[in-house]
Amino acid sequence: MKRLLILLFCLLPTFALAGEAQDMAADPVLEKRMIGLAEKLRCLVCQNESLASSHAELAEDLRREVRELMQKGMSDQEILDYLVSRYGDFVLYDPPMKKTTLVLWYGPFALLLLGAGVLFLQLRKRKSEIAEPQLTEEQSARAAALLSERQDSQTQPKDIQA
Amino acid sequence: MMRFILPFVVFVVLAVFLFKGLNLNPREVPSPLIGKPAPGFVLPQLHEPQQNFSPADMKGKVWLLNVWASWCVSCREEHPVLMDLAQQNIVPIYGLDYKDNPVEAQRWLQRGGDPYVLSVTDTEGRIGIDYGVYGVPETYVIDEQGVIRYKQIGPVTPDNLREKILPMVAELQAK
Repeated sequence: MKRLLILLFCLLPTFALAGEAQDMAADPVLEKRMIGLAEKLRCLVCQNESLASSHAELAEDLRREVRELMQKGMSDQEILDYLVSRYGDFVLYDPPMKKTTLVLWYGPFALLLLGAGVLFLQLRKRKSEIAEPQLTEEQSARAAALLSERQDSQTQPKDIQA
Repeated sequence: MMRFILPFVVFVVLAVFLFKGLNLNPREVPSPLIGKPAPGFVLPQLHEPQQNFSPADMKGKVWLLNVWASWCVSCREEHPVLMDLAQQNIVPIYGLDYKDNPVEAQRWLQRGGDPYVLSVTDTEGRIGIDYGVYGVPETYVIDEQGVIRYKQIGPVTPDNLREKILPMVAELQAK
């Protein structure tokens, strides 16, 4: 008897889950489409969670809303527009390309270009800084003398061999 | 000289942006409904469920729509402020009892006082979705033409009442 009771208690959690699973069973294709769309949407309560993964009550309501709109035959884009008109672009995980989001989309590239420009200028400046300094007349004369001296010493052994 | 000025300028710009960011509230999502007509609805009244209320009934008046619930903790903070405002008779406050149990909602109003002309019940939260409600309490300032002019996200406080809501109401009523 005791064992039977324990066994029954073990089954309790599955009863609790049954309520949530029912919706899935009702129309698995629609449910899959709903979850797919909900992954692109932000839960407004938890903000860093998608509508698909959030357990907030509002997220559940919004999933119900999306499900019902799909049943009414609205397209994914129409449903996104429906939600944006109520909650703003914030519900979309991918911000749309608009005048106000230009900096967001192109800012990083602009910064990259700026960085590359600064790097290029710096390198060019450094190159000119480390360019060989011009020799004075005296120095070049001395260099020439040293070089010819060395050439002489190099040719000498040849002479002996010859 | 240049090699010190440039990093300093970059530092100051960055510091200004970060400091501004510190004072922003990420929970405040700008509502796309500002400047748009308040979504219509017909909902039963909390105290007299056989009677309905609709925003269309309010044409020609400036009014506040306050979204509240008996389960909402911040509403408790806001409640005395609304009671005070209701007593001053400046602007009528209507309540949208959001995803609530009507019995508990009525008990809540009995305990703390009822600042609303009337409240309507949105038991399933569907009208809340139309209004873009994502955190209770929220308060909408609606003008004579039925257009939403301002949305307060989170509790109405003496500060935001004085600085934002009341000036907006006065401006709308003067028209």
